[in-house]
Amino acid sequence: MPWAEAFIKSQPSHTTAPGAARELSYTEALNEALTLAMALDPHVFLLGQGVDDPSSMFGVTKGLAEQFGSPRVFDTPLSEEGLTGICTGAAMHGLRPVYCHNRPDFLLLAFNQIVNHASKIHYMDNGLSRVPMVIWSAIGRGWGSGAQHSQAIQGLLMSVPGLKIVMPSTPYDAKGLMLAAIADNNPVLIFEHRWLMKQQGAVPEGIYKVPIGKGVYRERGTDLSIIGTSHALALAQQALASLKEQGISADAVDLRTLKPLDHEIILESVKKTGRALIVDTGWAMGGACAEIGCVIAENCPQILKAPIKRIGLPDLPTPAGHTLEQLYYPSEETMVAAILELVDK
Amino acid sequence: MVINFPYQGSDFDSCDEFVERHDADFLTRLLYSMLRIRRIEEAIEGKYHEDQMKTPIHLVIGQEAASVGACSALRESDILYCGHRTHGAYLAKGGDLKGMLSEFFCRLNGCAGSRGGSMHLLDKSVGMAGSSAIVAGAVPIATGAALSAQLRGDDYVSCVFLGDAATEEGAVWESLNFAALKKLPIIYFCENNFFSVCTPLEERQPAGVAIYKKAAAFGLHSVQVDGSNVLKVNEAVADAVARARRGEGPSFIEAEVYRWRGHGGAGDDSHTGYRDPAEVAYWQKHCPVEGYADFLQQQGVLNALQRAAMEQQISDEISEAFLHAEKSPNPRKEDLYTHAYCD
Repeated sequence: MPWAEAFIKSQPSHTTAPGAARELSYTEALNEALTLAMALDPHVFLLGQGVDDPSSMFGVTKGLAEQFGSPRVFDTPLSEEGLTGICTGAAMHGLRPVYCHNRPDFLLLAFNQIVNHASKIHYMDNGLSRVPMVIWSAIGRGWGSGAQHSQAIQGLLMSVPGLKIVMPSTPYDAKGLMLAAIADNNPVLIFEHRWLMKQQGAVPEGIYKVPIGKGVYRERGTDLSIIGTSHALALAQQALASLKEQGISADAVDLRTLKPLDHEIILESVKKTGRALIVDTGWAMGGACAEIGCVIAENCPQILKAPIKRIGLPDLPTPAGHTLEQLYYPSEETMVAAILELVDK
Repeated sequence: MVINFPYQGSDFDSCDEFVERHDADFLTRLLYSMLRIRRIEEAIEGKYHEDQMKTPIHLVIGQEAASVGACSALRESDILYCGHRTHGAYLAKGGDLKGMLSEFFCRLNGCAGSRGGSMHLLDKSVGMAGSSAIVAGAVPIATGAALSAQLRGDDYVSCVFLGDAATEEGAVWESLNFAALKKLPIIYFCENNFFSVCTPLEERQPAGVAIYKKAAAFGLHSVQVDGSNVLKVNEAVADAVARARRGEGPSFIEAEVYRWRGHGGAGDDSHTGYRDPAEVAYWQKHCPVEGYADFLQQQGVLNALQRAAMEQQISDEISEAFLHAEKSPNPRKEDLYTHAYCD
């Protein structure tokens, strides 16, 4: 689909202001993280369908097979469950696999190994075994990806003990969280978003880690707290920018990680503003939005000046057709309307 | 003998052709190991009704030759994974009996700290790396252990015990394909006991297609052995181990065995009608433990006195281990919350 790339490029990108810091694209930042991790630790290996082909996982794995050789960077048979288990076993015996998928939809084939095995082994074994593995995938949206190539399934996995779920939204975080995930001794799922991949941003050279489980303020304000991750938060920030002239300001809380969830930053912000808009790239029902909303409701209901609002996806599979797709996904306008309703202006 | 039952086991092999390849010490150690498993399982079964072992048990009585034959061909440093019928493999690989029984009694000092129970035994100190209650679940994980050995240049071989029903799950074939593709040092040891809970093999897989032949079609060295014959099993696994250590890749071994007891819990459940009790009785006549002991006596490797001494030693060990487990401390509330994540 040649128009797919053009479609992604047509999306606005929010970047940090160019300054002294070096800028990289999101995919370059990820590529650099993988290169550094593999150079640093011979136990890191990389696999996935097409990681060594010309498209190289959107460029994320470009050049790695040439640099580190086929035993450590290899294409896979179409065996998602088997290979997730193989990564689990390899991780239990001293390796640090990074298993890349073009889409999270393919993780559903591996749910048995993720949910029944990798996430539970350390607990079942009374702490004797460790499963330091990374499962990476990029959420699709648009250009007719449809019901089976666009799913943001982080919400399905949030309730599984033992997993960590990371959702970077900037090139800086993409690199720092990838390095942190590879260094982590637990199974870590990284959900990227296809629409974030074109953005440029400041990325330091060398190894640094963004802490898993800690959120960050992207903006500070007083009227409401906008809480979320990944592309959903980026979209909300665009909406917020368009409301600046109306005098509306908000905390934009990028959680960076959904599991473990940073309760502290969520509650700190909401206690200050009294209003919460929760945004997620996945289904609103039973997922990240619902969980974050419940954390607020359980901990500080008395300070809420308005009901909590959430913007996720409707309780529907994703339609493939362009017109339906536009109606399905939240837009900047949807976010603006929600913010205005919340602040009652 | 007229064939009356689907799984009669009409071709039990004699030990004659293998016995001369081993010394008396090795031959008697195999018997000791099998007899020990049998007596431990009988003791567990005998005490299970007391309801102090609050864990679902899957007894390996009748399949001891497979457990011992396979594990006796592995080094302590070789890695073993297992399915839900764990006791035999755990003990044969050298797992600690006290740790196992403490686990069954849900004690803090159980081999998995009361997190695993009977279906998740492990003893990493002897290479027993884990067990999975999801039927084919450990198969890819063991394959990953073999991948690690290959990429790190470690000398161990990985082995995984799986049942006949596991070969109905896709993860097995995904694993076999990958292992053959990468020439991984792994042995898939399939204990075909012909039943998945109460469903016979013929209702789950088409007749006339042997399991080991399917594995052969995936490019693995693949053989079928009489799983009641400890020496034959040992020979097949030893050959597979040697191949793996030479870098010749994975092997698949289908050992035909028979589960004397029910799928889970204590006692023979064949009176419920899913299998002919006469079929069970037929297999019991070819007991892998008593039959082998009698054979060793005929060969002059073992005498009645030594056999009785074995029984006594095993009995003493079992009594002591039960006492240890029963007197061990229970986990505390704070133990519930440890090890969700590791540092």
